[in-house]
Amino acid sequence: MSVLVYTENWAGKFKKLTHEIVSFAAAIAKEMGSSVTALSIGHVADDELKTLGQYGANKVLNVQDDRFESLDNKALADAVAKAAEKEGAKVIIFAHNNEGKAIAPRVAVKLNAGLVSGVTGLPVSVDPFVVRKKVFTGKAFANVQINTDVKVITFAQNSYEVVENPTEVTIEVFDPQIGDDEFSTKVLDTHKITGKVLLTDAEIVVSGGRGMKGPENWGGLEELGELLGAGMACSRPVSDEGWRSHEEHVGQTGKIIAPNLYMAFGISGAIQHLGGISSSKYIVAVNKDPEAPIFEAADYGIVGDAFKVIPQLIEAVKELKANK
Amino acid sequence: MKILVLISNVPDTTTKIRFTGDNKAFDTTGVQWIINPWDELALTRAMELKEAGGVEKISVANVGTKITEPTLRKALAVGADDAIRIDAEPLDAYFVAKQLAEVAKDYDLIMAGIEASDYNGASVGGMLAEILGINSVSAVSGVDIENGELKIHRDIDGGSQVLSVPTPLVVIVQKGIAIDPRIPAMRGIMMARKKPLKVVEPVEAEPRIEFLSYELPAPKAACKMVDEDNAKELIRLLHEEAKVL
Repeated sequence: MSVLVYTENWAGKFKKLTHEIVSFAAAIAKEMGSSVTALSIGHVADDELKTLGQYGANKVLNVQDDRFESLDNKALADAVAKAAEKEGAKVIIFAHNNEGKAIAPRVAVKLNAGLVSGVTGLPVSVDPFVVRKKVFTGKAFANVQINTDVKVITFAQNSYEVVENPTEVTIEVFDPQIGDDEFSTKVLDTHKITGKVLLTDAEIVVSGGRGMKGPENWGGLEELGELLGAGMACSRPVSDEGWRSHEEHVGQTGKIIAPNLYMAFGISGAIQHLGGISSSKYIVAVNKDPEAPIFEAADYGIVGDAFKVIPQLIEAVKELKANK
Repeated sequence: MKILVLISNVPDTTTKIRFTGDNKAFDTTGVQWIINPWDELALTRAMELKEAGGVEKISVANVGTKITEPTLRKALAVGADDAIRIDAEPLDAYFVAKQLAEVAKDYDLIMAGIEASDYNGASVGGMLAEILGINSVSAVSGVDIENGELKIHRDIDGGSQVLSVPTPLVVIVQKGIAIDPRIPAMRGIMMARKKPLKVVEPVEAEPRIEFLSYELPAPKAACKMVDEDNAKELIRLLHEEAKVL
Protein backbone atom coordinates (compact mmCIF):
# COMPACT_ATOMS: atom_id res chain seq x y z
CA MET A 1 0.00 0.00 0.00
CA SER A 2 1.33 3.43 -0.82
CA VAL A 3 0.63 7.02 -1.66
CA LEU A 4 1.55 7.67 -5.30
CA VAL A 5 2.72 11.09 -6.45
CA TYR A 6 2.77 12.21 -10.08
CA THR A 7 5.89 14.35 -10.41
CA GLU A 8 6.65 17.06 -12.94
CA ASN A 9 10.02 18.22 -14.12
CA TRP A 10 11.17 21.21 -16.09
CA ALA A 11 14.13 20.42 -18.34
CA GLY A 12 15.13 17.47 -16.16
CA LYS A 13 14.84 19.25 -12.80
CA PHE A 14 11.89 18.68 -10.50
CA LYS A 15 9.67 21.70 -9.95
CA LYS A 16 9.27 23.18 -6.48
CA LEU A 17 5.65 22.10 -6.79
CA THR A 18 6.80 18.48 -6.94
CA HIS A 19 8.78 18.97 -3.72
CA GLU A 20 5.63 20.40 -2.14
CA ILE A 21 3.52 17.44 -3.26
CA VAL A 22 6.06 14.86 -2.11
CA SER A 23 6.22 16.59 1.32
CA PHE A 24 2.41 16.64 1.43
CA ALA A 25 2.23 12.96 0.41
CA ALA A 26 4.76 12.02 3.10
CA ALA A 27 2.53 13.62 5.75
CA ILE A 28 -0.54 11.73 4.47
CA ALA A 29 1.41 8.46 4.25
CA LYS A 30 2.54 8.88 7.85
CA GLU A 31 -1.04 9.35 8.96
CA MET A 32 -2.14 6.27 7.01
CA GLY A 33 0.84 4.14 7.95
CA SER A 34 1.96 3.72 4.34
CA SER A 35 4.85 4.75 2.12
CA VAL A 36 5.39 7.26 -0.69
CA THR A 37 6.12 6.30 -4.28
CA ALA A 38 6.91 9.04 -6.78
CA LEU A 39 6.33 8.43 -10.47
CA SER A 40 8.67 10.23 -12.84
CA ILE A 41 7.92 10.19 -16.55
CA GLY A 42 10.60 11.79 -18.68
CA HIS A 43 14.32 12.24 -18.79
CA VAL A 44 15.47 12.90 -15.25
CA ALA A 45 18.94 11.84 -14.12
CA ASP A 46 19.26 9.36 -11.24
CA ASP A 47 20.89 11.97 -8.99
CA GLU A 48 17.91 14.25 -9.44
CA LEU A 49 15.46 11.35 -8.88
CA LYS A 50 17.21 10.63 -5.59
CA THR A 51 16.58 14.17 -4.35
CA LEU A 52 12.92 13.22 -3.86
CA GLY A 53 14.10 11.15 -0.89
CA GLN A 54 14.92 14.47 0.79
CA TYR A 55 11.20 15.20 1.02
CA GLY A 56 10.05 11.76 2.12
CA ALA A 57 9.76 9.60 -1.02
CA ASN A 58 10.57 5.94 -0.31
CA LYS A 59 10.60 4.83 -3.92
CA VAL A 60 10.81 6.45 -7.34
CA LEU A 61 9.40 4.72 -10.40
CA ASN A 62 11.37 5.96 -13.37
CA VAL A 63 9.68 5.79 -16.77
CA GLN A 64 11.87 6.74 -19.70
CA ASP A 65 9.96 6.49 -22.92
CA ASP A 66 10.20 9.20 -25.57
CA ARG A 67 6.66 8.56 -26.73
CA PHE A 68 5.34 10.32 -23.61
CA GLU A 69 6.88 13.58 -24.80
CA SER A 70 3.72 14.23 -26.79
CA LEU A 71 1.89 14.49 -23.43
CA ASP A 72 -0.83 12.17 -24.68
CA ASN A 73 -3.50 12.17 -21.97
CA LYS A 74 -4.80 8.72 -22.72
CA ALA A 75 -1.37 7.09 -22.61
CA LEU A 76 -0.22 9.09 -19.57
CA ALA A 77 -3.36 8.15 -17.62
CA ASP A 78 -2.77 4.53 -18.53
CA ALA A 79 0.83 4.69 -17.28
CA VAL A 80 -0.19 6.31 -13.98
CA ALA A 81 -2.98 3.80 -13.41
CA LYS A 82 -0.58 0.92 -14.05
CA ALA A 83 1.93 2.36 -11.60
CA ALA A 84 -0.85 2.78 -9.02
CA GLU A 85 -1.96 -0.82 -9.46
CA LYS A 86 1.58 -2.12 -9.23
CA GLU A 87 2.16 -0.19 -5.99
CA GLY A 88 -1.27 -0.90 -4.54
CA ALA A 89 -1.69 2.86 -4.16
CA LYS A 90 -4.68 3.98 -2.12
CA VAL A 91 -4.10 7.70 -2.66
CA ILE A 92 -2.84 9.22 -5.91
CA ILE A 93 -1.80 12.85 -5.92
CA PHE A 94 -1.40 15.23 -8.87
CA ALA A 95 -0.75 18.95 -9.02
CA HIS A 96 -3.81 21.07 -9.72
CA ASN A 97 -2.32 22.48 -12.91
CA ASN A 98 -2.66 21.84 -16.66
CA GLU A 99 -1.04 18.41 -16.49
CA GLY A 100 -2.79 17.26 -13.32
CA LYS A 101 -6.20 18.47 -14.45
CA ALA A 102 -5.70 16.65 -17.76
CA ILE A 103 -4.70 13.25 -16.34
CA ALA A 104 -6.27 12.90 -12.88
CA PRO A 105 -9.93 12.59 -14.01
CA ARG A 106 -8.98 9.81 -16.45
CA VAL A 107 -6.97 7.97 -13.79
CA ALA A 108 -9.90 8.25 -11.37
CA VAL A 109 -12.22 6.58 -13.90
CA LYS A 110 -9.66 3.82 -14.63
CA LEU A 111 -9.23 2.99 -10.95
CA ASN A 112 -12.91 3.38 -9.93
CA ALA A 113 -11.70 6.13 -7.62
CA GLY A 114 -13.37 9.26 -6.32
CA LEU A 115 -11.59 12.49 -7.28
CA VAL A 116 -11.38 15.78 -5.44
CA SER A 117 -9.50 18.52 -7.24
CA GLY A 118 -7.82 21.61 -5.89
CA VAL A 119 -7.28 20.27 -2.37
CA THR A 120 -5.95 23.04 -0.12
CA GLY A 121 -4.30 21.23 2.77
CA LEU A 122 -3.81 17.96 4.61
CA PRO A 123 -6.92 15.77 4.88
CA VAL A 124 -9.33 16.74 7.64
CA SER A 125 -9.40 13.00 8.35
CA VAL A 126 -8.00 9.96 6.54
CA ASP A 127 -10.71 7.51 7.67
CA PRO A 128 -13.19 8.51 6.36
CA PHE A 129 -11.10 10.41 3.82
CA VAL A 130 -12.19 14.05 3.99
CA VAL A 131 -10.39 16.92 2.30
CA ARG A 132 -10.95 20.64 1.98
CA LYS A 133 -11.13 22.47 -1.32
CA LYS A 134 -12.09 25.87 -2.63
CA VAL A 135 -15.42 26.25 -4.35
CA PHE A 136 -17.18 29.11 -6.13
CA THR A 137 -13.77 30.23 -7.39
CA GLY A 138 -12.36 30.98 -3.99
CA LYS A 139 -15.49 32.51 -2.50
CA ALA A 140 -16.00 29.51 -0.18
CA PHE A 141 -14.49 26.23 1.01
CA ALA A 142 -16.05 22.78 1.02
CA ASN A 143 -15.27 19.66 3.04
CA VAL A 144 -15.54 16.71 0.70
CA GLN A 145 -15.54 13.01 1.52
CA ILE A 146 -14.23 10.42 -0.93
CA ASN A 147 -16.20 7.20 -0.59
CA THR A 148 -14.12 4.85 -2.73
CA ASP A 149 -11.28 2.53 -1.75
CA VAL A 150 -8.80 4.35 -3.99
CA LYS A 151 -8.71 8.15 -3.80
CA VAL A 152 -7.40 10.62 -6.38
CA ILE A 153 -6.70 14.24 -5.47
CA THR A 154 -5.17 17.22 -7.21
CA PHE A 155 -3.20 19.48 -4.93
CA ALA A 156 -3.48 23.28 -5.12
CA GLN A 157 -0.08 24.93 -5.33
CA ASN A 158 1.23 26.63 -2.16
CA SER A 159 -1.07 24.55 0.05
CA TYR A 160 1.72 22.82 1.93
CA GLU A 161 5.26 23.79 2.85
CA VAL A 162 8.24 21.98 1.39
CA VAL A 163 9.41 19.83 4.32
CA GLU A 164 12.87 18.27 4.52
CA ASN A 165 12.33 14.69 5.60
CA PRO A 166 15.35 12.63 4.46
CA THR A 167 14.34 9.07 3.65
CA GLU A 168 16.10 6.06 2.18
CA VAL A 169 14.95 6.08 -1.43
CA THR A 170 15.14 3.36 -4.08
CA ILE A 171 15.00 4.06 -7.79
CA GLU A 172 13.25 1.50 -9.94
CA VAL A 173 12.98 1.49 -13.71
CA PHE A 174 9.35 1.02 -14.68
CA ASP A 175 7.92 0.14 -18.06
CA PRO A 176 4.13 0.48 -18.05
CA GLN A 177 3.99 -1.35 -21.42
CA ILE A 178 1.73 0.97 -23.34
CA GLY A 179 0.99 -0.04 -26.92
CA ASP A 180 1.71 2.35 -29.80
CA ASP A 181 -2.00 2.59 -30.55
CA GLU A 182 -2.53 4.37 -27.22
CA PHE A 183 -0.55 7.35 -28.46
CA SER A 184 -2.68 9.37 -30.85
CA THR A 185 -1.50 12.90 -30.01
CA LYS A 186 0.86 14.17 -32.68
CA VAL A 187 2.80 17.34 -31.90
CA LEU A 188 3.12 19.46 -35.06
CA ASP A 189 4.80 22.47 -33.51
CA THR A 190 6.06 23.61 -30.11
CA HIS A 191 6.58 27.20 -29.16
CA LYS A 192 8.48 27.85 -25.92
CA ILE A 193 9.04 31.19 -24.33
CA THR A 194 12.52 31.02 -22.90
CA GLY A 195 14.09 33.10 -20.19
CA LYS A 196 10.75 33.95 -18.60
CA VAL A 197 9.40 32.88 -15.25
CA LEU A 198 6.42 30.53 -15.56
CA LEU A 199 3.41 32.44 -14.35
CA THR A 200 1.76 29.47 -12.67
CA ASP A 201 4.99 28.51 -10.89
CA ALA A 202 6.14 32.03 -9.98
CA GLU A 203 6.58 32.93 -6.32
CA ILE A 204 6.17 36.61 -7.10
CA VAL A 205 3.79 37.95 -9.75
CA VAL A 206 3.70 41.53 -11.04
CA SER A 207 0.46 42.41 -12.75
CA GLY A 208 -1.01 45.36 -14.63
CA GLY A 209 -4.55 46.46 -15.38
CA ARG A 210 -6.40 49.06 -17.38
CA GLY A 211 -4.83 51.74 -15.19
CA MET A 212 -1.59 51.16 -17.10
CA LYS A 213 -3.33 53.03 -19.95
CA GLY A 214 -1.69 51.22 -22.89
CA PRO A 215 0.66 48.46 -24.02
CA GLU A 216 3.51 50.95 -24.41
CA ASN A 217 3.61 51.62 -20.65
CA TRP A 218 4.71 48.19 -19.50
CA GLY A 219 8.45 48.93 -19.41
CA GLY A 220 8.53 49.87 -15.72
CA LEU A 221 6.48 46.86 -14.69
CA GLU A 222 8.72 44.56 -16.69
CA GLU A 223 11.81 46.07 -15.11
CA LEU A 224 10.32 45.59 -11.64
CA GLY A 225 9.27 42.06 -12.55
CA GLU A 226 12.74 41.19 -13.78
CA LEU A 227 14.40 42.60 -10.65
CA LEU A 228 12.09 40.50 -8.48
CA GLY A 229 12.38 37.37 -10.64
CA ALA A 230 8.62 37.60 -11.01
CA GLY A 231 6.11 36.23 -13.48
CA MET A 232 4.16 38.85 -15.47
CA ALA A 233 0.37 38.94 -15.41
CA CYS A 234 -2.53 41.17 -16.39
CA SER A 235 -6.25 41.65 -15.88
CA ARG A 236 -8.91 40.63 -18.37
CA PRO A 237 -9.48 44.00 -20.12
CA VAL A 238 -5.74 44.20 -20.79
CA SER A 239 -5.64 40.81 -22.55
CA ASP A 240 -8.96 41.46 -24.32
CA GLU A 241 -7.56 44.74 -25.68
CA GLY A 242 -4.51 42.82 -26.87
CA TRP A 243 -2.11 44.93 -24.80
CA ARG A 244 -0.70 41.69 -23.37
CA SER A 245 -1.01 38.03 -24.37
CA HIS A 246 -3.97 36.04 -23.06
CA GLU A 247 -1.40 33.73 -21.46
CA GLU A 248 -0.84 36.47 -18.88
CA HIS A 249 -4.51 36.93 -18.00
CA VAL A 250 -5.21 35.95 -14.40
CA GLY A 251 -8.72 35.75 -13.05
CA GLN A 252 -11.74 33.54 -13.00
CA THR A 253 -11.66 32.90 -16.74
CA GLY A 254 -7.90 33.19 -17.06
CA LYS A 255 -5.16 31.60 -15.02
CA ILE A 256 -5.66 30.91 -11.33
CA ILE A 257 -2.46 31.55 -9.44
CA ALA A 258 -1.18 31.22 -5.88
CA PRO A 259 2.15 33.04 -5.55
CA ASN A 260 3.69 34.23 -2.28
CA LEU A 261 3.34 37.82 -3.46
CA TYR A 262 0.93 39.30 -6.01
CA MET A 263 1.44 42.95 -6.94
CA ALA A 264 -1.46 44.58 -8.79
CA PHE A 265 -0.92 47.91 -10.52
CA GLY A 266 -3.89 49.81 -11.91
CA ILE A 267 -6.25 46.88 -11.33
CA SER A 268 -9.55 47.76 -9.69
CA GLY A 269 -10.20 44.17 -8.59
CA ALA A 270 -13.43 42.95 -10.16
CA ILE A 271 -14.76 39.90 -8.36
CA GLN A 272 -13.73 37.70 -11.31
CA HIS A 273 -10.15 38.97 -11.04
CA LEU A 274 -10.03 38.36 -7.29
CA GLY A 275 -11.23 34.80 -7.93
CA GLY A 276 -7.99 34.13 -9.76
CA ILE A 277 -5.62 35.63 -7.20
CA SER A 278 -7.26 35.07 -3.82
CA SER A 279 -4.91 32.18 -2.98
CA SER A 280 -1.88 34.49 -3.06
CA LYS A 281 -0.15 34.68 0.30
CA TYR A 282 0.24 38.47 0.15
CA ILE A 283 -1.52 40.89 -2.17
CA VAL A 284 -0.24 44.40 -2.87
CA ALA A 285 -2.51 46.91 -4.61
CA VAL A 286 -1.58 50.20 -6.21
CA ASN A 287 -4.57 52.11 -7.53
CA LYS A 288 -5.67 55.73 -7.86
CA ASP A 289 -9.18 54.98 -6.64
CA PRO A 290 -9.30 54.55 -2.85
CA GLU A 291 -12.69 52.80 -3.25
CA ALA A 292 -11.32 50.14 -5.64
CA PRO A 293 -12.39 46.66 -4.42
CA ILE A 294 -8.81 45.38 -4.75
CA PHE A 295 -7.99 47.13 -1.45
CA GLU A 296 -10.43 44.83 0.35
CA ALA A 297 -8.45 41.82 -0.82
CA ALA A 298 -5.01 43.43 -0.41
CA ASP A 299 -2.63 43.18 2.54
CA TYR A 300 -0.67 46.28 1.54
CA GLY A 301 -1.89 49.15 -0.54
CA ILE A 302 -0.96 52.48 -2.03
CA VAL A 303 -3.60 54.91 -3.20
CA GLY A 304 -1.74 56.57 -6.00
CA ASP A 305 -0.51 56.71 -9.54
CA ALA A 306 1.23 53.54 -10.68
CA PHE A 307 3.56 55.59 -12.89
CA LYS A 308 4.75 57.52 -9.85
CA VAL A 309 5.01 54.47 -7.61
CA ILE A 310 6.76 51.97 -9.92
CA PRO A 311 10.06 53.92 -10.30
CA GLN A 312 10.29 54.28 -6.50
CA LEU A 313 9.76 50.54 -6.08
CA ILE A 314 12.41 49.75 -8.69
CA GLU A 315 14.88 51.94 -6.86
CA ALA A 316 14.01 50.40 -3.48
CA VAL A 317 14.38 46.86 -4.79
CA LYS A 318 17.78 47.76 -6.27
CA GLU A 319 18.85 49.14 -2.88
CA LEU A 320 17.55 46.06 -1.10
CA LYS A 321 19.49 43.81 -3.44
CA ALA A 322 22.64 45.86 -3.07
CA ASN A 323 22.46 45.54 0.73
CA LYS A 324 21.80 41.81 0.77
CA MET B 1 -18.28 16.83 -38.26
CA LYS B 2 -20.74 16.85 -35.36
CA ILE B 3 -19.90 18.85 -32.25
CA LEU B 4 -21.30 18.43 -28.76
CA VAL B 5 -20.72 21.28 -26.29
CA LEU B 6 -21.11 20.40 -22.61
CA ILE B 7 -22.98 23.09 -20.74
CA SER B 8 -22.81 23.57 -17.00
CA ASN B 9 -25.49 25.70 -15.35
CA VAL B 10 -23.75 27.89 -12.75
CA PRO B 11 -24.58 30.90 -10.58
CA ASP B 12 -23.79 34.26 -12.14
CA THR B 13 -20.11 35.02 -11.42
CA THR B 14 -21.05 38.06 -9.28
CA THR B 15 -23.34 36.01 -6.99
CA LYS B 16 -22.82 36.49 -3.27
CA ILE B 17 -22.32 32.96 -1.98
CA ARG B 18 -24.46 31.80 0.98
CA PHE B 19 -25.27 28.44 2.49
CA THR B 20 -28.27 26.97 4.25
CA GLY B 21 -29.00 24.28 6.84
CA ASP B 22 -25.85 24.36 9.04
CA ASN B 23 -23.75 25.19 5.99
CA LYS B 24 -24.63 21.88 4.37
CA ALA B 25 -26.07 23.20 1.09
CA PHE B 26 -25.65 26.10 -1.32
CA ASP B 27 -28.43 28.66 -0.93
CA THR B 28 -29.97 29.12 -4.39
CA THR B 29 -32.43 31.81 -3.29
CA GLY B 30 -32.41 34.68 -5.76
CA VAL B 31 -29.52 33.19 -7.76
CA GLN B 32 -29.26 34.15 -11.42
CA TRP B 33 -28.11 31.14 -13.49
CA ILE B 34 -25.81 31.41 -16.47
CA ILE B 35 -23.86 29.22 -18.89
CA ASN B 36 -20.50 28.41 -17.27
CA PRO B 37 -18.12 31.07 -18.74
CA TRP B 38 -15.69 28.55 -20.29
CA ASP B 39 -18.53 26.49 -21.78
CA GLU B 40 -19.86 29.69 -23.29
CA LEU B 41 -16.50 30.32 -24.97
CA ALA B 42 -16.48 26.70 -26.22
CA LEU B 43 -19.92 27.23 -27.75
CA THR B 44 -18.75 30.46 -29.35
CA ARG B 45 -15.81 28.69 -31.00
CA ALA B 46 -18.08 25.85 -32.14
CA MET B 47 -20.34 28.45 -33.81
CA GLU B 48 -17.36 30.06 -35.55
CA LEU B 49 -16.27 26.65 -36.87
CA LYS B 50 -19.76 25.96 -38.16
CA GLU B 51 -19.89 29.32 -39.92
CA ALA B 52 -16.55 28.56 -41.57
CA GLY B 53 -18.06 25.34 -43.00
CA GLY B 54 -17.28 21.72 -42.20
CA VAL B 55 -19.54 21.39 -39.18
CA GLU B 56 -22.80 19.64 -39.73
CA LYS B 57 -24.44 20.13 -36.37
CA ILE B 58 -23.83 21.58 -32.92
CA SER B 59 -25.64 20.09 -29.94
CA VAL B 60 -25.44 21.16 -26.31
CA ALA B 61 -25.93 18.86 -23.34
CA ASN B 62 -26.43 19.37 -19.65
CA VAL B 63 -27.15 17.22 -16.61
CA GLY B 64 -29.73 19.02 -14.53
CA THR B 65 -33.29 19.42 -13.41
CA LYS B 66 -35.84 21.65 -15.10
CA ILE B 67 -34.21 24.79 -13.64
CA THR B 68 -31.36 24.48 -16.16
CA GLU B 69 -33.66 24.80 -19.19
CA PRO B 70 -33.37 28.60 -19.54
CA THR B 71 -29.59 28.14 -19.73
CA LEU B 72 -29.98 25.54 -22.48
CA ARG B 73 -32.45 27.81 -24.30
CA LYS B 74 -29.83 30.54 -24.18
CA ALA B 75 -27.32 28.16 -25.82
CA LEU B 76 -29.92 27.46 -28.52
CA ALA B 77 -30.49 31.20 -28.95
CA VAL B 78 -26.76 31.67 -29.43
CA GLY B 79 -26.95 29.16 -32.28
CA ALA B 80 -26.75 25.52 -31.17
CA ASP B 81 -28.99 23.29 -33.31
CA ASP B 82 -30.44 21.18 -30.54
CA ALA B 83 -30.15 20.57 -26.81
CA ILE B 84 -30.21 17.53 -24.57
CA ARG B 85 -31.03 17.71 -20.87
CA ILE B 86 -30.38 14.64 -18.77
CA ASP B 87 -32.99 14.94 -16.09
CA ALA B 88 -31.06 14.50 -12.85
CA GLU B 89 -29.51 16.44 -10.00
CA PRO B 90 -25.76 16.52 -10.80
CA LEU B 91 -24.38 14.60 -7.79
CA ASP B 92 -20.66 14.64 -8.57
CA ALA B 93 -18.35 14.87 -11.60
CA TYR B 94 -18.31 11.10 -12.15
CA PHE B 95 -22.12 10.91 -12.07
CA VAL B 96 -22.31 13.78 -14.58
CA ALA B 97 -19.66 12.28 -16.90
CA LYS B 98 -21.41 8.90 -16.82
CA GLN B 99 -24.70 10.54 -17.89
CA LEU B 100 -23.04 12.57 -20.64
CA ALA B 101 -21.29 9.46 -22.00
CA GLU B 102 -24.72 8.09 -22.91
CA VAL B 103 -25.44 11.00 -25.25
CA ALA B 104 -21.90 11.83 -26.43
CA LYS B 105 -21.21 8.65 -28.39
CA ASP B 106 -22.40 9.96 -31.74
CA TYR B 107 -20.25 13.07 -31.87
CA ASP B 108 -16.84 13.61 -33.45
CA LEU B 109 -15.77 16.51 -31.28
CA ILE B 110 -16.87 17.13 -27.71
CA MET B 111 -16.01 20.52 -26.22
CA ALA B 112 -15.97 21.17 -22.47
CA GLY B 113 -14.91 24.17 -20.43
CA ILE B 114 -11.77 23.65 -18.35
CA GLU B 115 -13.80 23.88 -15.15
CA ALA B 116 -17.16 25.02 -13.87
CA SER B 117 -17.17 28.21 -11.83
CA ASP B 118 -19.21 26.65 -9.00
CA TYR B 119 -17.46 23.48 -7.85
CA ASN B 120 -14.23 24.08 -9.79
CA GLY B 121 -13.83 20.35 -10.34
CA ALA B 122 -12.05 20.48 -13.71
CA SER B 123 -12.96 16.80 -14.06
CA VAL B 124 -16.01 16.13 -16.24
CA GLY B 125 -14.30 16.42 -19.65
CA GLY B 126 -11.44 14.06 -18.77
CA MET B 127 -13.74 11.56 -17.07
CA LEU B 128 -16.10 11.56 -20.03
CA ALA B 129 -13.23 10.86 -22.46
CA GLU B 130 -12.02 7.98 -20.31
CA ILE B 131 -15.50 6.47 -20.03
CA LEU B 132 -15.85 6.68 -23.82
CA GLY B 133 -12.34 5.30 -24.29
CA ILE B 134 -11.32 8.22 -26.51
CA ASN B 135 -8.54 10.78 -26.22
CA SER B 136 -8.73 14.23 -24.63
CA VAL B 137 -6.63 17.36 -24.84
CA SER B 138 -6.66 19.87 -22.01
CA ALA B 139 -5.75 23.58 -21.69
CA VAL B 140 -6.88 24.08 -25.27
CA SER B 141 -6.70 27.66 -26.52
CA GLY B 142 -7.44 27.02 -30.19
CA VAL B 143 -9.38 24.57 -32.36
CA ASP B 144 -9.33 24.66 -36.15
CA ILE B 145 -10.59 22.28 -38.80
CA GLU B 146 -8.28 21.86 -41.78
CA ASN B 147 -9.24 19.45 -44.56
CA GLY B 148 -11.64 17.71 -42.21
CA GLU B 149 -8.94 17.23 -39.57
CA LEU B 150 -8.59 18.92 -36.22
CA LYS B 151 -5.71 21.22 -35.39
CA ILE B 152 -5.53 21.88 -31.68
CA HIS B 153 -3.54 24.57 -29.89
CA ARG B 154 -2.84 23.89 -26.27
CA ASP B 155 -0.88 25.65 -23.53
CA ILE B 156 2.05 23.84 -21.97
CA ASP B 157 4.52 25.02 -19.34
CA GLY B 158 6.08 28.19 -20.67
CA GLY B 159 4.63 27.95 -24.14
CA SER B 160 2.15 26.38 -26.49
CA GLN B 161 1.85 23.52 -28.96
CA VAL B 162 -0.02 22.74 -32.13
CA LEU B 163 -1.34 19.19 -32.22
CA SER B 164 -3.09 16.85 -34.55
CA VAL B 165 -5.33 14.35 -32.76
CA PRO B 166 -7.83 12.11 -34.52
CA THR B 167 -11.53 12.21 -33.76
CA PRO B 168 -13.53 11.31 -31.78
CA LEU B 169 -11.94 13.64 -29.27
CA VAL B 170 -12.76 15.65 -26.15
CA VAL B 171 -11.19 19.10 -26.05
CA ILE B 172 -11.13 20.88 -22.72
CA VAL B 173 -10.97 24.56 -23.48
CA GLN B 174 -9.79 27.63 -21.67
CA LYS B 175 -9.37 31.33 -22.25
CA GLY B 176 -8.20 32.17 -25.75
CA ILE B 177 -10.46 29.66 -27.52
CA ALA B 178 -12.77 32.57 -28.37
CA ILE B 179 -12.63 36.26 -27.50
CA ASP B 180 -16.13 37.35 -26.56
CA PRO B 181 -19.04 35.07 -25.84
CA ARG B 182 -21.96 35.50 -28.23
CA ILE B 183 -24.98 37.43 -27.08
CA PRO B 184 -28.20 35.96 -28.48
CA ALA B 185 -29.95 38.27 -30.96
CA MET B 186 -33.74 38.65 -30.94
CA ARG B 187 -34.02 36.40 -34.00
CA GLY B 188 -31.99 33.72 -32.21
CA ILE B 189 -34.21 33.96 -29.14
CA MET B 190 -37.33 33.52 -31.29
CA MET B 191 -35.81 30.58 -33.18
CA ALA B 192 -34.60 28.94 -29.96
CA ARG B 193 -38.20 28.38 -28.91
CA LYS B 194 -38.75 26.11 -31.88
CA LYS B 195 -35.49 24.19 -31.63
CA PRO B 196 -35.58 20.69 -30.11
CA LEU B 197 -34.74 20.37 -26.42
CA LYS B 198 -34.76 16.67 -25.66
CA VAL B 199 -35.12 15.47 -22.07
CA VAL B 200 -33.63 12.06 -21.36
CA GLU B 201 -33.78 9.86 -18.28
CA PRO B 202 -30.57 9.37 -16.29
CA VAL B 203 -28.72 6.07 -16.08
CA GLU B 204 -27.71 4.37 -12.85
CA ALA B 205 -24.41 5.77 -11.46
CA GLU B 206 -23.15 5.95 -7.89
CA PRO B 207 -21.51 9.24 -6.95
CA ARG B 208 -18.04 8.74 -5.54
CA ILE B 209 -17.61 11.88 -3.51
CA GLU B 210 -19.89 13.71 -1.14
CA PHE B 211 -19.92 17.41 -0.20
CA LEU B 212 -20.29 17.40 3.58
CA SER B 213 -20.23 21.09 4.49
CA TYR B 214 -19.20 24.55 3.37
CA GLU B 215 -17.43 27.49 5.00
CA LEU B 216 -16.90 31.07 4.01
CA PRO B 217 -13.30 32.31 4.19
CA ALA B 218 -12.27 34.16 7.34
CA PRO B 219 -12.55 37.94 6.91
CA LYS B 220 -9.30 39.53 5.87
CA ALA B 221 -7.40 41.96 8.09
CA ALA B 222 -7.53 45.57 6.93
CA CYS B 223 -5.14 46.57 4.18
CA LYS B 224 -2.04 48.36 5.48
CA MET B 225 -1.69 51.62 3.57
CA VAL B 226 1.57 53.19 2.44
CA ASP B 227 1.89 56.78 1.25
CA GLU B 228 2.23 57.35 -2.51
CA ASP B 229 5.25 59.59 -1.99
CA ASN B 230 6.99 57.07 0.22
CA ALA B 231 6.44 53.97 -1.89
CA LYS B 232 9.87 52.63 -0.88
CA GLU B 233 8.35 51.88 2.51
CA LEU B 234 6.33 49.14 0.78
CA ILE B 235 9.49 47.25 -0.17
CA ARG B 236 10.73 47.51 3.43
CA LEU B 237 7.42 46.06 4.72
CA LEU B 238 7.48 43.24 2.18
CA HIS B 239 11.06 42.45 3.17
CA GLU B 240 10.92 42.82 6.95
CA GLU B 241 7.30 42.21 7.88
CA ALA B 242 5.81 39.87 5.24
CA LYS B 243 9.25 38.37 4.49
CA VAL B 244 8.39 37.71 0.88
CA LEU B 245 11.30 39.65 -0.62
